[in-house]
Amino acid sequence: MEQTIKLRRGLNLHLEGEAQKVVRQLPQPAEVAVRPTDFTGLTPKLLVREGDEVVAGQALLTDKQSGRIHIPSPIGGRVKSVVRGDRRKLLAVVVESVEKADATLSEGQGAVQEGSLVERLCQAGLFCFFRQRPYDVVASPDDTPKGIFISTFSKMPLAADFSFVLKGEEEAFKEGLKALATIAPVHLGICTCQEKLLGGLDALENVTVHRFDGPNPSGNVGVQINHVSPVNKGEIVWTLRPQAVIFIGRWMQTGRVDLREKVAVAGSEVAEPQYVETILGAPLRDLVGTVGAHQRVINGNPLVGEKAGADDFLAAFVSEVCVLPEGDDVHEAFGWILPRLKQHSTSRSYLSWLMPGKKYAPDCRIKGGKRHMIMSGEYDRVFPMDIFAGYLIKAIITGDIDRQEALGIYEVAPEDFAVAEYVDSSKLELQRIVREGLDILRKENA
Amino acid sequence: MLQQIFDKLRPSFEEGGKLHAFRSVFEGFETFALVPSETSRSGVSIHDAIDSKRIMSFVVIALLPALLFGMYNIGYQNAAAAGALATTGCWEMFLYGFCVMLPKIVVSYFVGLGIEFAVAQWKKEEINEGYLVTGLLIPMILPVGTPLWMMAVAVAFSVVFAKEVFGGTGMNIFNPALVARAFLFFAYPTKMSGDNVWLSKDTWFGLGHVVPDTQTMATPLGEAAAGRMADISFADMLVGLMPGSVGETSVYAILIGAVILLVTGIASWKTMLSVFVGGGLVAWLFNMGGMDNAVAQIPWYEHLALGGFCFGAVFMATDPVTSARTECGKYVYGFLIGALAITIRVLNPGYPEGMMLAILFMNMFAPLIDWCVVQGNINKRAKRMEK
Repeated sequence: MEQTIKLRRGLNLHLEGEAQKVVRQLPQPAEVAVRPTDFTGLTPKLLVREGDEVVAGQALLTDKQSGRIHIPSPIGGRVKSVVRGDRRKLLAVVVESVEKADATLSEGQGAVQEGSLVERLCQAGLFCFFRQRPYDVVASPDDTPKGIFISTFSKMPLAADFSFVLKGEEEAFKEGLKALATIAPVHLGICTCQEKLLGGLDALENVTVHRFDGPNPSGNVGVQINHVSPVNKGEIVWTLRPQAVIFIGRWMQTGRVDLREKVAVAGSEVAEPQYVETILGAPLRDLVGTVGAHQRVINGNPLVGEKAGADDFLAAFVSEVCVLPEGDDVHEAFGWILPRLKQHSTSRSYLSWLMPGKKYAPDCRIKGGKRHMIMSGEYDRVFPMDIFAGYLIKAIITGDIDRQEALGIYEVAPEDFAVAEYVDSSKLELQRIVREGLDILRKENA
Repeated sequence: MLQQIFDKLRPSFEEGGKLHAFRSVFEGFETFALVPSETSRSGVSIHDAIDSKRIMSFVVIALLPALLFGMYNIGYQNAAAAGALATTGCWEMFLYGFCVMLPKIVVSYFVGLGIEFAVAQWKKEEINEGYLVTGLLIPMILPVGTPLWMMAVAVAFSVVFAKEVFGGTGMNIFNPALVARAFLFFAYPTKMSGDNVWLSKDTWFGLGHVVPDTQTMATPLGEAAAGRMADISFADMLVGLMPGSVGETSVYAILIGAVILLVTGIASWKTMLSVFVGGGLVAWLFNMGGMDNAVAQIPWYEHLALGGFCFGAVFMATDPVTSARTECGKYVYGFLIGALAITIRVLNPGYPEGMMLAILFMNMFAPLIDWCVVQGNINKRAKRMEK
């Protein structure tokens, strides 16, 4: 058995409104949407037009460059609308479900039998769920990765518990892992609290299980890669969220693309935080109901997820949807000197450190002005990788590509900086900075 | 309530408003009174409640014990020089010191913040809080006899040339408060050291005593530099009722500040500790070395208690912007500050104090120390690739 990898740096945040371990079945949504913006790094090309009839699993979009990576429709029905934003950027393809459609239309796609597994995954439309390091973008089927990394846990605040999500899907997960292991060595990162989840997974051929013990972001796959087999320049690893392994497993078992998933609906503004079983791309209002003017729906968890609009749809790479108070109606006087017992802080100028078990219900205010980097060591305290986070951020801001490479930019993804962004007293948008840095670097290296 | 007042005032400060030229001042006061209700657009939705306003406020709080004691000490020294210690009450001494210090603090803030507001207005940025600390530090590290106009010039010089030209708080290389002191030290040396600057000799609002101009008073380090051993016990050094720059004399008062900074985690214990280790070790080596030099013969623990050593170690060396930013680097940086400060004290015959120059010198080398630490990480990564 491999030794447990202990991580010391990081921060576990306890927020009010964690999802209860109960699953509520949602009816099939009237419409679902595929959001190409979720598939970072992919230039989408439309394959359907408004009014077209599609079957579940049929490609709606493809990658303009290779033409091989397809994004499938989660349900069968009719293309209701194609939503575009500024400069005609493709934001979403909405598919409405048609009566009686399910039975007939979803039968359309059978298992693709020819070609390698990667080729078949591409054709089935499941390859779009693979991401790669470096750059944290959708992987390319032409690459040979040195490994496939999957983290089965997330310690982000309000995150879904995969051990619970997995219940009833164990076989599909195992099947998915077996398939992935034929592509490249699979590294499965589990939490020390998840021993039960294992159930013989470590006996699978070409699958290595790594145990991690430590605070958030130890569940980030990037952190796990950094400790197991760091990415050097020129190397590529693929990563998958564990739910995507289940998608692949189901497809291996039945030959059909089935994008149903359990999603945690959480947050201090949710009346009954619990899990819901729905389908990828479902309208968020089906999950959270109507929200007030001073509430924020987050597609994902409060640290990594994006702020969603009222009519948005469930993103492709998230396992939870949260509702928090927006806080734009809060006017707090002299916050810089008051004890502010209800607010969490890692700084000991507040009293949170004396109440480690307390749960907080934060709002979305930035709570301070943007400054240059003043304090030192703030990021490193919560950044459990062998990388100087502050120096890397500075190299990205100054656009010094050689230095970014030297400092390890190939190993990081924006989400790895989420906790650092939370604790930052200078209120810099670290995830945005890293995302932009990675995009520029990718263009330069192309 | 507050919100309504600001909402009412805001239009005149916005683009096109009558008072637009004072936008940065308005914003400064608004964010001072009310936490901005701006919410995040990208990245994390929730934020830690800490911000640089709170950090700087806590540094100011940590400075208060030393400042209050410094005020008292001004009155005490004035009474002592006039030979009226027995007839002057504690409160009278403190009030006298308060009256002497208040104009200095007001002028320091007025000049420094004035420049900061102007720069913020010009660059369309928010006001940085960094000067709240610097503006209090400057009067505290100067001799009480420094004229107000001189301090105003030094403040203007340091804010413009040590901070704003580099891009403001967070971008500066040298500690602005020490640059102000160094500026005065080189431009007006007679007002910064010697025996005639440590005493406030006039009365203020009927408080204090007029002291004849011929009356002088040297700091213990100054006396030692002149070859005389100061007649002061170690316990008295800790209390700090002796001549010196306003904030630096009392070890106890500085200790309270140090505890505040360390408990809140605002100052790095690594830097602070290693300054004392470096200073203590080098002073001890000089003690052992048997040099024929009165300063070298001051016991190592007294070295640490005298002059600006404690004040520099606690409030200056730990400035996060100008100190080393890597955790390993902080040990080296602090150690070298302590070591250099004592070396300058002992080996430089011209000037008895070395803390200011040691910190400024190491400010300059902090990036080099960090470079070495970061390069270690870079080399490790490069080596991994070769495998």
